[in-house]
Amino acid sequence: MDGFGVTVAFWILAAVTLVAGGGVMVSRNLLHAVLFLILSFIGVAGFFVLLSAEFIAMAQVIIYVGAITVLILFAVLLTPRASRDNSETVWALPGMLLAVCLAAIFLFVVHDTQWKTVTDAPLLTTQDLGHALLGTWVLPFEIASVLLTAALVGAIMLTRSAEEEAEDALA
Amino acid sequence: MNSLDVVGPQLAVLVAAGLVLLLDSLVPQQRRLLPVVALLGLIVSALWTTSWVGRGDYQFLFDGTLALDKYSVFFYYVFAGITATVVLASIDWVNREGRGQGEYYALVLTVCSGLMFLAASRDLITIFLALELSSIPQYILAGWGKDSKSSEAGLKYLLLGAIASSLLLYGMALIYGITGTTLLPEIAAAIKADGETYRGLLIVATILLIAGFGFKMAVVPFQMWVPDVYQGAPTPVAAFLSVGSKAAAFAVVIRIFFEGLDADFLSDDWSMIFAVLAAASMTLGNVMAIVQTDIKRMLGYSSVAQAGNFMIGLAAISVAGNEFTLGASAILLFVAAYAFTNLGAFVGVIAISQRIGSDQIKDYAGMWKRSPVLALAVAFCLISLTGIPPTVGFWAKLYIFNAGIRADLVWLVLIGVLNSVVAGYYYLSVARQMFMGDAEEDKKFRASPSITMALGAATIGVIVFGIIPMPLMSAAQDAAEIFAR
Repeated sequence: MDGFGVTVAFWILAAVTLVAGGGVMVSRNLLHAVLFLILSFIGVAGFFVLLSAEFIAMAQVIIYVGAITVLILFAVLLTPRASRDNSETVWALPGMLLAVCLAAIFLFVVHDTQWKTVTDAPLLTTQDLGHALLGTWVLPFEIASVLLTAALVGAIMLTRSAEEEAEDALA
Repeated sequence: MNSLDVVGPQLAVLVAAGLVLLLDSLVPQQRRLLPVVALLGLIVSALWTTSWVGRGDYQFLFDGTLALDKYSVFFYYVFAGITATVVLASIDWVNREGRGQGEYYALVLTVCSGLMFLAASRDLITIFLALELSSIPQYILAGWGKDSKSSEAGLKYLLLGAIASSLLLYGMALIYGITGTTLLPEIAAAIKADGETYRGLLIVATILLIAGFGFKMAVVPFQMWVPDVYQGAPTPVAAFLSVGSKAAAFAVVIRIFFEGLDADFLSDDWSMIFAVLAAASMTLGNVMAIVQTDIKRMLGYSSVAQAGNFMIGLAAISVAGNEFTLGASAILLFVAAYAFTNLGAFVGVIAISQRIGSDQIKDYAGMWKRSPVLALAVAFCLISLTGIPPTVGFWAKLYIFNAGIRADLVWLVLIGVLNSVVAGYYYLSVARQMFMGDAEEDKKFRASPSITMALGAATIGVIVFGIIPMPLMSAAQDAAEIFAR
């Protein structure tokens, strides 16, 4: 994994991801923003492929591109005013200035740092990932499952209509 | 010792959460038992924690991602106590609200388990997930009420919380990228080895971490959400936020900074950042609190100021040699004292606003004639928040100012003392309203039994530890010992 091809691929992916990310911000139509978001996610998936992390690249495509954006699209679809009312804000310019300053600091620092390069990273299979997930990282894994359960319970509670609650009270 | 035993306190709380949900849906006519089950779960959790204190068998587990040490145990007690008080204080409100009773207690218990995990994690990934486990149910709880204010509170808290989490993740990613590990002790070793060559990156990562956790701690300049969320969220939830997530954020920040980022060249930098944030939080929080007319907003700003007080302890890291842990133990003492005191104040607010139907400070006039015991308990909590003896708040302030002076932060302590005077003005003016003001009506009332229990526990803690502070102090010192070097 070296040479010209990888470098070109990196820059193309970087351009796609960043331009799409900018598109998410500037497009006033929420649907367009979601489509840009999909493009940005695909760009990130490309980075994972470049880093020989195929499984994570697949997960990125399936979960972010597939599930999450579809969820956002449905939310936009079912919220009548959401796609029209993406209002302007007076904070756009100060926000942009702040973002440029932050980006400048980050770029400077990241460029200034002597990063350690790994040349002989072991090729990790999905099996290794599974072992790590249920071995060393079993505690965070389980915490995540509790977190999702709690989020589900909360989401159901917040979206229940008044009639359903009245029914519930009678039970 | 097997690993189930290690997460016992969290497990007990989560099992109680599951039981509450099941009981709610299977036996709906027995809903008044729900808080009892929740409290039982918390008691089992506390007993489990106590069994370790007896065994003295402290160690690191799950490949070092979880620490079972005196520090975690201290916070397990604090969080179990806080959650029990919140459950007691919620009973009336939840019954009146009527909807989602099981879900409410289940989410409160889930937050508690998240806070406990947060205090015990020693690894960035676990820390992040534990933080989310404690945060996401809190976003939901803040928006639990049916009025638009509560929805606003929930939404604001969620959106700003998401931004804070992303900043935090960015900082963690930078640290992982440069050190190649997420375990705090390994991070510390890597930074001590060759950290000076990438000092700039570490400072940026540190600032991102402080920004992410600063939101949870509610310090200036990450405090914008506090007054709106405290005012809009149901009062028991506001009490939970003001004490629980603040304490947990300080618990995890102490662990990350004192265990992972404690290299000398780095700690000089971040102790300065903390000192400046502390001064800004104390001053802005107190000045804004003076002009508030809504007691929940006032308590919100006062909690920003109190976070500034906590932070003096973080800034005091530069204390040399064997007094390295002084700052940490001062924060622990302050956390425990603040838990009693602020919960007491919030429960008092719940009790009073339940009866008079208002959160305006002017409506508290003449409370002394209408409900003497309630007025007295709230007054004690306000005195403790100010830091006047014989309350636990006095010892906490004394101890943390002492840590500041030992660390040569005299200017910061001076700002803290001046701010205590300002804080005294608005805390005591509420007390003055209650005792000297004239009530518009003089119908007597009493708080409900559950509220009385919660308020009683908090107030007794404030007074007893105010007179005999030694047990609490030595517990805080013991817990902070793990950072000794």
